[in-house]
Amino acid sequence: MRKIIALVKKELIQLRRDRRLLPVVIMAPILQLLILGYAVNLDVRHIPVVPVDLDNSQSSRQVTAAVMNSGYFRTTARAGSQEEGGYYLDRGQAAVVLVIPRGFEADLVAGRETALQALVDGTESQTASIAINYLEMITRQYNQNLILEKVEKSGLGLKPVIIQAEFRAFFNPSLSSRKFFLPGIFGLLVMVMTVMLTAMAVVRESDTGTMEQLIVTPLKPAEIITGKLLSFFLVGLVDIALILGVIYFWFRLPLKGDFFLFLLLSVLYMLNTLGLGLFISTITRTPQQAMLTSFFFMMPMILLSGFVFPVENMPRFFQWITCLIPLRYYLVVLRGLFLKGVRIKALADEGLMLLVLALVLNLLSVSRFRRRLD
Amino acid sequence: MGLVRIKPVIQKELLHIRRDPLSLVLLLVLPVFMLVLYGYALNFDVKHLSLAVVDLDKSQSSRELVARLTSGEYFDLKYRLERISELDELFDHEKIKIALVLPKNFGRDLVSGRGPAVQILLDGTNPTPAQTGLGYLSNILRQYSTNLNLELLNRSGLNKITMPFAVRTRVWYNPELKSSKFLVPGLMAFVLMVIIVLATSLTIVREIEKKTMDQLLLSPLTPAELVVGKIIPYLGLSLIGAVVVLLAGWLLFGVVVKGNYLLLLLVVVIFLFCGLSQGLLISTVASSQLVAFLLSGISTLLPTFILSGFVFPIRNMPPVIQGISSIIPARYFLVCLRAIILKGVGLKAFYREMIFMTAYGLVVTFLSLAKLKKSFFR
Repeated sequence: MRKIIALVKKELIQLRRDRRLLPVVIMAPILQLLILGYAVNLDVRHIPVVPVDLDNSQSSRQVTAAVMNSGYFRTTARAGSQEEGGYYLDRGQAAVVLVIPRGFEADLVAGRETALQALVDGTESQTASIAINYLEMITRQYNQNLILEKVEKSGLGLKPVIIQAEFRAFFNPSLSSRKFFLPGIFGLLVMVMTVMLTAMAVVRESDTGTMEQLIVTPLKPAEIITGKLLSFFLVGLVDIALILGVIYFWFRLPLKGDFFLFLLLSVLYMLNTLGLGLFISTITRTPQQAMLTSFFFMMPMILLSGFVFPVENMPRFFQWITCLIPLRYYLVVLRGLFLKGVRIKALADEGLMLLVLALVLNLLSVSRFRRRLD
Repeated sequence: MGLVRIKPVIQKELLHIRRDPLSLVLLLVLPVFMLVLYGYALNFDVKHLSLAVVDLDKSQSSRELVARLTSGEYFDLKYRLERISELDELFDHEKIKIALVLPKNFGRDLVSGRGPAVQILLDGTNPTPAQTGLGYLSNILRQYSTNLNLELLNRSGLNKITMPFAVRTRVWYNPELKSSKFLVPGLMAFVLMVIIVLATSLTIVREIEKKTMDQLLLSPLTPAELVVGKIIPYLGLSLIGAVVVLLAGWLLFGVVVKGNYLLLLLVVVIFLFCGLSQGLLISTVASSQLVAFLLSGISTLLPTFILSGFVFPIRNMPPVIQGISSIIPARYFLVCLRAIILKGVGLKAFYREMIFMTAYGLVVTFLSLAKLKKSFFR
């Protein structure tokens, strides 16, 4: 044990000596969280619209106003023709061109079928489908009101059919995007920092030729690994505390669940990311390889973890792959603890998987390291 | 600047690359691997939401409405329940995303004009699909009641009345609204940026950490020559990577380049130049390879993913964050890529983005040169 502590001390001294390292390790997560925390927002609002009103009647103005006052759209410009509207689509200055055809009001009054035309920029498929959804919603509402008016004015004493819908959202009543994504950024930042730090740990010793010195010490390979792991673990803990502080004090997102449960599962998660970093460090020969390899692992983990893209939307095969991604489980843990305030029973599976993966990763790196020393 | 002196630097760097086949393979294979992985795995489509219905009425109207809900591909009816209290557990265990409660006497109140209130409950954890699902559901409800009203009017013997008007949507550029078409250009930007910065960020700091910088200092090279010589091999390499990614996008996802290929090549080269210059700057300011690694990871991985408009629309961000995102080259690259590949529009639509990227690359290269000069003549 004393030997390991000595190694930890050596590692920490080395970290302190690198004059630019400490600021990066401390400032980077805070800055990233502050910037990214505000950037992650999938709420589709202010969709830029160019209305093309070819009818120029009271009805056409009313319909346009109904669309614009819905809160989802904003007018960027007005165009006199469909071609001119298309030009805005080409330049990416509008996502929707809303064309109200000539004779719209006349058709409406006469009861002839008529239609608005919406030209939608499909390149941002997500925004496009939401915009279409909103447009349908607004027209239906408008239609409904028109018909209700007719029913009432019919003078036949007809009773209009109305369904009132009220909705309630569980876990995130304000349906705020940020609440959903902040815990995700938490998990990402911890992973990025700890994997990158440890990925260099072993490879650097061989690159700068200090590996021989380490080998001639009475330390066993497992002890060297433990010492390295422990020192970066401490750095990781500092990062976790910083990130949690910013989330709590700046973004005012309190931890609803148990703090000790959070701590326990975070430690388990960190054992995963540190283990992964070490594993990378033992299978690569140069710092450049370590870098590329760690991104080779991290990029799929970020995208397949369910951070943005729901795991349940993926094809079955990819869902199996995600079972090997620690971040996937940690995200369930974080969302459960921050948004839902769940208890340990609900997170038992995730905790178990994190434990298993941590063991596998760390045993793998110890055995790789041993092989490499021989 | 002499070509005679740059050539050996290029050869030396190529030798470094050749000696490290794993890195070479990673540099070339990684982008395609990512593209394939994500292109198939990722999509935003909100369909088949798991739905539970609590029908307390069990009338013809309520059954009709439920049938209407489940006829499309938006909702999968997973549970029919007797009591509202059963919903809590289903939500807690994520068995359902959305639930509809039809009150007692729903059918009777409907026809007598009393306006029954239905309840929609949803799992708000992930707000985007939740909101979309809510939209679908309320549209179906509205359609249902409007149809009933129309029937009522027509039955009452007034002249024939139809639905006042509809929206006809025509989607440009990506008519099937496939997520992959949206994501492939974004993935290109993301993967290329990360790879290029990673590849170059070690070039200078490696020489310093391994103490081979002094040898370079003794040679008659100027800093500019050194930098150009070191950049060119990586530019070539990443250009090959970019072409391979484009090919993969075409072969695997049917993302055809609608616009001009030469323009596309030009945009890619400018973007690569931005990435290379950023890597170079990191390499000159980093105190060790570890710091260079951290800096390049931090400045590329999450920012290009989150701030470029790849997934999160920039117009939704607060003004300050929009300002920060304007120094992310990937943001401009994405505009150009989507314009050329998906829209097939000309230079006029994105020349400003190109100018900006060029300026970014030049400024950053200049900064790193200045920094390098300082350490040269220390």
